[in-house]
Amino acid sequence: MAQKKIGKQTVKFQNPPSIISTASIVGPKEGEGPLKEYFDIILEDDLYDQDSWEKAESKMLEDAMKMAIKNAKLLEEQIEYILAGDLLNQIISSSFAVRQLQRPYFGLYGACSTMTESLSLGSMIVDGGFADNVLCATSSHFCTAERQYRFPLELGNQRPFTSQWTVTGAGAAVISANGSGPYITHVTTGKIVDPGIKDVNNMGAAMAPAAADTIIQHFEDTGFNVDDYDLIITGDLSGIGKPIAEELILTKGIDISTIYKDCGIEIFDGKRQDTHAGGSGCGCSASVFAGYLYKELKKGKYNRILLVSTGALHSPVSANQGESIPGIAHAVTISNVIS
Amino acid sequence: MNNINSKDYRKYVNSKIPKPSYFKNCIWAFIVGGIICTIGQIITNFYNNVGLDKEDGAAATAITLIFIGALLTGIGIYDKIGKRAGAGSIVPITGFANSIVSPAMEFKREGYIFGVAAKMFSIAGPVLVYGFGSSIIIGIIYYFITK
Repeated sequence: MAQKKIGKQTVKFQNPPSIISTASIVGPKEGEGPLKEYFDIILEDDLYDQDSWEKAESKMLEDAMKMAIKNAKLLEEQIEYILAGDLLNQIISSSFAVRQLQRPYFGLYGACSTMTESLSLGSMIVDGGFADNVLCATSSHFCTAERQYRFPLELGNQRPFTSQWTVTGAGAAVISANGSGPYITHVTTGKIVDPGIKDVNNMGAAMAPAAADTIIQHFEDTGFNVDDYDLIITGDLSGIGKPIAEELILTKGIDISTIYKDCGIEIFDGKRQDTHAGGSGCGCSASVFAGYLYKELKKGKYNRILLVSTGALHSPVSANQGESIPGIAHAVTISNVIS
Repeated sequence: MNNINSKDYRKYVNSKIPKPSYFKNCIWAFIVGGIICTIGQIITNFYNNVGLDKEDGAAATAITLIFIGALLTGIGIYDKIGKRAGAGSIVPITGFANSIVSPAMEFKREGYIFGVAAKMFSIAGPVLVYGFGSSIIIGIIYYFITK
């Protein structure tokens, strides 16, 4: 009998795990954005003293992990599981980043939804009594993502208005059975929603129905109202997807507009930084969560938030073969108090 | 949300997308494309003046423009021009140079065989294939018409 399951897709933790530390590293462009003061490290050069973009991304993730462990005042040996993922083929950034750490590791792939995927599974491991300290981390890098999904950096092409800018960034969090919050109290795991969008330059629209589905299901399963939250923040729906998700949720009679934000919109100043629809990538919700959201939860500006990282689960192969883009979104309730 | 009708949804999404300013983009493409062609003409005139005949002058002009396109790609300027100019900097031969040099630079890290050489034509390749293909078809048609 699943005692912690409520409703169709939600888990309510009996002993909510605490997020005892976070760490965030971002690239130079993110470091010029509106959230710059919240990030722990801002790189001066997005190669990070490495000889390839892939190595740079991996090092960024490794350093974020180490910093989160240090901030938690733990030793590396005390981390019982690492749950990490990224966007690159065969998630090389994550697997290479944990090589040195020598801790038990699960590699995850949820595209840009990986941050909440890792937080969800990490919390389940801790609340389930399988470990006391779990490290959750993800990363993305503009240059590695561009070459894998799109065109060479120096190609003189034009980006459509609907396209998004992959965030160069990594975020890591240590979830622990012992701690004084913020706590992860609920997790709503999303299912794949594919609205039939085939344009890989319009991922916001492809993911918006998945985000709406998960948020609606979260309210249904938990019985929460919009008033129970200070903030609902999606991962990277950005300028096109955010208003669509908002409208889709409104069709069910839930108006989240007053407390709804999107990490992809918050991380860049779209006009000044020319990022078109906004930021995207695993590192988008990861760095905004580990930097901005965690610090504001600690300060008490927010007391309960719903973080909904959103992922577009296509690949360059599926896109070239004319397949539509399946979307997914996982929601995590992070609260300063245990309700 | 799984009962979303994808046709209706696409229509709805299209209504949310900001429309690019086609007129402004056309003007940019026209001006930048025109400037590149004018530079080409200046180079042609120069080669003709120093003694190359019409055919050799055209070949030398193409070589010079390809060099300029490759150089501007290498020092990171061509993509900035392309961002504004669009087709204005893609269609001229400098754009062709850009489409070959940019993947060659990007994939150098994977080595000279599987990186540079294999990926070099990943963007220009289709242009070459269909360019050669259509010129063969037109050549055959021309042969039969003029026979």
